[in-house]
Amino acid sequence: MAIQFMLNGKAQSVDVDPQMPLLWVLRDTLNLTGTKFGCGMALCGACTVHIDGEATRSCITPVSEVAGKKVTTIEGLSADMSHPVQKAWIELDVPQCGYCQSGQIMSAAALLEKNPRPTDAEVDDAMSGNICRCGTYQRIREAIRRAAQMRAAPPRQKASPEKQAKKPGETAAMTPDEPAAVGAAAGGAE
Amino acid sequence: MSSATMKLDRREFLKGAAAGATGLVIGFYLPNRLEARAAAAAAPFAPNAWIRIGTDDTVTLVIDKSEMGQGVVTSLSMLIAEELECDWKKIRTVFAPAAKEYANPIFGMQGTGGSTSVRGMWTPLRKAGAQAREMLIAAAAQKWAVNKAVCRAEDSVVTHAQTKERLSYGSLAEAAGKLPVPSDVKLKDPKQFRIVGKEMKRLDSADKTCGRTKFGIDVRQPGMLHAVVARCPVIGGKVASFNADKAKAVRGVKHAVQISSGVAVVADNTWSAMQGRDALEIKWEEGPNASLTSAAIRKMLEEGASKPGGAVARKEGDVTAGFASAAKKIEAVYQAPFLAHATMEPMNCAAHVRSDGCDVWAPTQFQGVNQMTAAKIAGLKPEQVNIHTTYLGGGFGRRAEQDFVIEAVEIAQAVGVPVQVTWSREDDMQHDFYRPASYSRFEAGLDAEGWPVAWSNRIACPSIMSRFFPGSVKNGLDESSVEGAADLPYAIPNIFVDYQLTETGIPVGFWRSVGHSQNAFFSECFLDELAAASGKDPYEFRRRLLQKAPRHLGVLELAATKAGWGEALPAERYRGIAVLSSFGSYVAEVAEVSVDKKNGEVRVHRVVCAVDCGRTVNPLTIEAQMQSGIVFGLTAALKGAITINKGRVEQGNFDDYQMLRVAEMPKIEVHIVPSDQPSSGIGEPGTPPIAPAVCNAIFAATKKRIRRLPIRPEELA
Repeated sequence: MAIQFMLNGKAQSVDVDPQMPLLWVLRDTLNLTGTKFGCGMALCGACTVHIDGEATRSCITPVSEVAGKKVTTIEGLSADMSHPVQKAWIELDVPQCGYCQSGQIMSAAALLEKNPRPTDAEVDDAMSGNICRCGTYQRIREAIRRAAQMRAAPPRQKASPEKQAKKPGETAAMTPDEPAAVGAAAGGAE
Repeated sequence: MSSATMKLDRREFLKGAAAGATGLVIGFYLPNRLEARAAAAAAPFAPNAWIRIGTDDTVTLVIDKSEMGQGVVTSLSMLIAEELECDWKKIRTVFAPAAKEYANPIFGMQGTGGSTSVRGMWTPLRKAGAQAREMLIAAAAQKWAVNKAVCRAEDSVVTHAQTKERLSYGSLAEAAGKLPVPSDVKLKDPKQFRIVGKEMKRLDSADKTCGRTKFGIDVRQPGMLHAVVARCPVIGGKVASFNADKAKAVRGVKHAVQISSGVAVVADNTWSAMQGRDALEIKWEEGPNASLTSAAIRKMLEEGASKPGGAVARKEGDVTAGFASAAKKIEAVYQAPFLAHATMEPMNCAAHVRSDGCDVWAPTQFQGVNQMTAAKIAGLKPEQVNIHTTYLGGGFGRRAEQDFVIEAVEIAQAVGVPVQVTWSREDDMQHDFYRPASYSRFEAGLDAEGWPVAWSNRIACPSIMSRFFPGSVKNGLDESSVEGAADLPYAIPNIFVDYQLTETGIPVGFWRSVGHSQNAFFSECFLDELAAASGKDPYEFRRRLLQKAPRHLGVLELAATKAGWGEALPAERYRGIAVLSSFGSYVAEVAEVSVDKKNGEVRVHRVVCAVDCGRTVNPLTIEAQMQSGIVFGLTAALKGAITINKGRVEQGNFDDYQMLRVAEMPKIEVHIVPSDQPSSGIGEPGTPPIAPAVCNAIFAATKKRIRRLPIRPEELA
């Protein structure tokens, strides 16, 4: 029986084993690969998505549990990288390998939604479920502070940071003759 | 032997070793002509292997090193762009196919490791950029019918110096593409650099911030199936027999096939494949490791380090005479455990094998060998195998191995459609090539004033190179096992270091900073013991012994000064210091630590790091890599141990193999020594000094010596 939920603002229906974790439904059934597999046991946070606004580990969440709920993945956080957390991440050059960053960003975005001015201890607390093996924690802390500032005093007009930021897809991760199918999957996020 | 000479020797050594290992090596030089040609044909102006310029002004740079977080997409682009004089904002990057022209100049085969990317590509990429720039200028000069000398290139535009006419690189691409490629081009004087040495933001941040970056695990191909593999829980064991009836009954499971590493379950999604694997019934032939334990391994290493006749790694002066003259003798034994890499992206690979060709999509550090490996399994010629390098969700040396590629190709060959094999975290943790466990026995003699006159260090550990590059192990000496020990930089008149190659049955591999990762802990802590035994300040003790090692001394003094060495600290905080040269760079770190008196818990508050990596390419990347290397080493020092019971790795996931988390992150300050020496490595050198700096601070706090990693709070309470 199909399971229905809202995914990044659109109605989504999937016909899969109801026990299948949301992570694998997103990645394998819907080809939405921005949400990452890291541990399968909610220990690393790489799979973090928002379910009705709550930061949730999708690797241990059976897809049946999201029936009728709103799911937001990294691809749906903003259409144009305009979310303050994304802007701050780019401004402070946070990512290294980048694999954990979808989860880090989703945790940080959920934190600021609830607590727009977190203390350092509250930041550490909210982000403790997200492992970064590259050790980007120092810049993550700074970027969360920066994002909180941006939210508190949004620029009057849509200003430079996102114009300077690369447009999606501008740095292609693909080898020169990569079939178009992969590119299409990448672009099919929104 | 200075550490610089030693590095040079080892580089040459590796080249020689590669050239000597026949079958494998021929493949490194086999060009993948079809793909290279296809890439070259894609743009009208492709003067060399790295640059393609389209009529629309896009500048596509081919990145021939693997991006695993260390920032090569940005730093290598900077080297090209500096000379090419292109508009930084118009740069796109693609990863190179496996092909001869992309062989790593330092180790002679296509791959990324040993912190070699900038070191190896500094000249070739600048030359490539300059070639293209000169051709674009020549094309403009031709159009204007003027001498090249009046044309100037900047920001992807050639300008006529007198008329101020402008031609964009895009408009010149076709004409430039028809010109001969100059072989001799003049490179910029570093004083004219506009990009190299500047703080440039990463080119890959935006994609990594919106989930768009494609890692290996994100590869999706039409009709692709997903596989997981059941491997023998005992390292080295094999399948005796299996029954897949129940596995095949799982919804979504399509196939169950035996491959060299175990039994693969193939399904239409990863989850189903995992469920199918759980339902497999397998009888294992556990093999020779079936009763192996960590205790037995420790005994093997201890015996190794006690045996006479090890391979001599360094012999200077006469240690026997040195000990005879000593007023005081100090002895200690140090130990380090096996460690897993635990890249955030677990091992994975996708492949599609056909009768006339094979595609491999891999987050890999070693394309050259991947191509050979896949060709051999698929019964194809290497040039029929396309290696598509994806972004890597961490590498740290793990992705220089072939096991994940072998599995993908074997499974794809068996099922005939594209297949992606994904490892669970437990698979990844329990089937790694571990950082070698190591045992190090020290003796030192001090003269009446407390200065060392003799240093003896006997090391026993398994060898990485005897599996990876057997030709490089000569007379039982694997240099990677003694790096950071044999190159001790201190002025001690009598030094002896030897090595007992001791195999334990556990596979070992390159782990960020390799032998330095454990040997820096051993040497820099034991040196601290000598300072303490002679009642001298550990910083001043090192300073005096490094008078003839100016670059070690430079970073040592910078780190100590910035850390305020000798100045008062907040209550219950203590400092420790360590310095090491690795991968051509010099790093000193001062750690500020407190130890909870009740439970022995260690807290690292602040780390001050000084790095001399020669000429700076991107200060932002250097800072990030020092932070990263420190966190990597600190994680291992505080938490890391892979232990063995009954031949099985006892750890499985991040609950029992823990990572440093944000709340435990110290404040890290990075100071870069200005230098016009050749650029050297930054991906690894930040890692080795942190364990000894922290353990030396723990000694300052508690008067207890940590001689066995990881740090155990129960021993400090």
